[in-house]
Amino acid sequence: MYSISGRTAIAGIGATEFSKESGRTELQLAAEAVLAALDDAGLTPSDVDGLVTFTQDANQEIAVARETGIGDLSFFSRVEYGGGAACGTILQAALAVATGIASTVVCYRAFNERSGRRFGQPNAGLGGEPSSLGVEMSWHVPFGLLTPAAWVAMFARRYMHAYGATSEDYGRVAVAMRRHAATNPAAWFYQRPITLEEHQASRWIVEPLHLLDCCQESDGAVALVVTSTERARDLRRSPAVVTAAAQGSGAGQMMMTSFYRDDMTGLPEMGVVARGLWEMSGMSPKDLQTAILYDHFTPFVLSQLEELGFCARGEAKDFIAGGGIEIDGHLPVNPHGGQLGEAYIHGMNGIAEAVRQVRGTSVNQVPAVRNVLVTAGTGVPTSGLILSRD
Amino acid sequence: MTTTAGSAPHERLTALAERGMAMGEVRGAPAADPVNLPMIRHWTTAMGDANPVYTDEAYAAASVHGQIVAPPAMAQVWTMPGLGPREDTTTPIDEVLRALDEGGFTGVVATNCEQTYHRYVRLGERLVPATRLSGFAGPKNTALGTGYFITWLVTWYAGQEPVAEMMFRVLKFRPREEKAAPEERPAYPLRPAINRDTAFFWEGVRVGELRIQRCGDCGELRHPPGPICPSCRSANRAYAVASGLGEVYSFVVHHSPPVPGLRPPFVVAVVRLAEGVRMVGNVVDCPPERVRVGMPVRVDHREMDDELTLPMWVPREP
Repeated sequence: MYSISGRTAIAGIGATEFSKESGRTELQLAAEAVLAALDDAGLTPSDVDGLVTFTQDANQEIAVARETGIGDLSFFSRVEYGGGAACGTILQAALAVATGIASTVVCYRAFNERSGRRFGQPNAGLGGEPSSLGVEMSWHVPFGLLTPAAWVAMFARRYMHAYGATSEDYGRVAVAMRRHAATNPAAWFYQRPITLEEHQASRWIVEPLHLLDCCQESDGAVALVVTSTERARDLRRSPAVVTAAAQGSGAGQMMMTSFYRDDMTGLPEMGVVARGLWEMSGMSPKDLQTAILYDHFTPFVLSQLEELGFCARGEAKDFIAGGGIEIDGHLPVNPHGGQLGEAYIHGMNGIAEAVRQVRGTSVNQVPAVRNVLVTAGTGVPTSGLILSRD
Repeated sequence: MTTTAGSAPHERLTALAERGMAMGEVRGAPAADPVNLPMIRHWTTAMGDANPVYTDEAYAAASVHGQIVAPPAMAQVWTMPGLGPREDTTTPIDEVLRALDEGGFTGVVATNCEQTYHRYVRLGERLVPATRLSGFAGPKNTALGTGYFITWLVTWYAGQEPVAEMMFRVLKFRPREEKAAPEERPAYPLRPAINRDTAFFWEGVRVGELRIQRCGDCGELRHPPGPICPSCRSANRAYAVASGLGEVYSFVVHHSPPVPGLRPPFVVAVVRLAEGVRMVGNVVDCPPERVRVGMPVRVDHREMDDELTLPMWVPREP
């Protein structure tokens, strides 16, 4: 059977600074990140023939192409479902490159999510749209259940009830991420670690979530250059080979509000992604030296560890106890500090960190990295990657 | 019922008014009490009138009045009937006002009041009012509704001497039927999108029914509803009316950020209905710290505004 495994690689990564107020347009951020990623790869805009982004991105591919001097495009595509799109953009690019539709595709995500439109704020109009999403939201918005923190909190409460997890178990995720960010100069929370006590003392956002269970909001952009592994070998950087890429949604899936299926303690869509990744890569969890797990809210880090098979159901709290996901633990998770610590760029900054870990150039480098697992937004249809050393 | 010039009710009202006017001035019952210092003191205190000529005997004796006098604006006070049983006296306007009430002109608003004072009244004088119906006009269309203006003149006498007069005019109107009393609630800001797949649910809560979609062919219950049965592909939709009993399956307590239309902290729960499906709603009439997974609840339909009713959940056990 034809497989795209190993055929493509991420050859360049680029980003703007991560801030709370970029002071420039989202289009400028996108262009800057795309140009930085091309420079990193040792490519020029004229080498690019494909662009991929999120459906939520406000910058059209043609606008980014105009600003960066990219000429003709033979491939453009967008991926749905918020942060769940992140690794999906690499999947789209890899599909295009592996099948000859394009030779070099840049994936980008750019936004002023802190100084512009903030995803964490309630949008009373969510339920008013005459779309399938609007009707779906209409079962929740009228009751004031309309922020991402609230949607995640509903799952978190059930998980705590089912497995005896506590707020402190969620807090340990935040502590680990802030520990990592503290030694990453690119992180917003550089040199600002937190303690579990500070997590517990932080104010309620939506019980059972404290403020420090919620990731920050950021302005910034990240771009990633995908080309064939063969070509990547001739470029400036050592390739981060796309060993596996997968998307997934589950039965009865909704946007952050899949309250009506199964037992509400798992992330079935991440289970779909996990099966796809293991199948395409022929690997299992023991083959990963580090993992980039989407951490917009702490509780879903636990669920992901279980869905991906790093531990059994309900045992993630034991897996992370005693620093299990910290840089010196049995599975270092998000050495860059994740979205809780570095920045919230809808998961794309995590893919960039995975590339650095494969290259061996991260400021918080995990020793002897051969394969890195990356996941995208949780609670929504999502995606994942396994990136490997060539 | 409508009243237009030339209609029978209008003719009757006009006839009553003409009869009232023909009665001329009609004397009423004398004041219950003569002009007295305690009532003056109450009134000036309430009104904030500190003029000592009304209450200070020595000061008043040295004034042009030579004695205490009552504030002229108290004219109406002396003969105003109290809250107790009224003496059975009639005035020329009583019958007209009663007929207007019976005709549906139940609203009343005073439009004019002009008083004329002929002289100060003194302690001990017992005033007697006399009323004359002096005007009747209508029907008039006003912002308040259709109505009649009635004008009368009251003269207060001390003995045979008129001491004060008042022209008084009211509008007796029929309150507008469409939202005359504007007690409209503000629209609740968190509104659902409703389409032909979901309208049955929202229509249900408005009539106090919690409806669960039931496949018209295979009978499967489903919430949230949709156009096609995922089990048997049938588009033949029916619904069951739920018992309204359930238990909290999971819940959150929202603190931040502020949500339009709701005051934090508020509770939102996934409720598992007795029928097996789950549904999201607020848990109300219960302190947030008392809510637990597994807590038995029952539905309570709450009107959020004139158009939207939401199913909410209250504890089943005290």
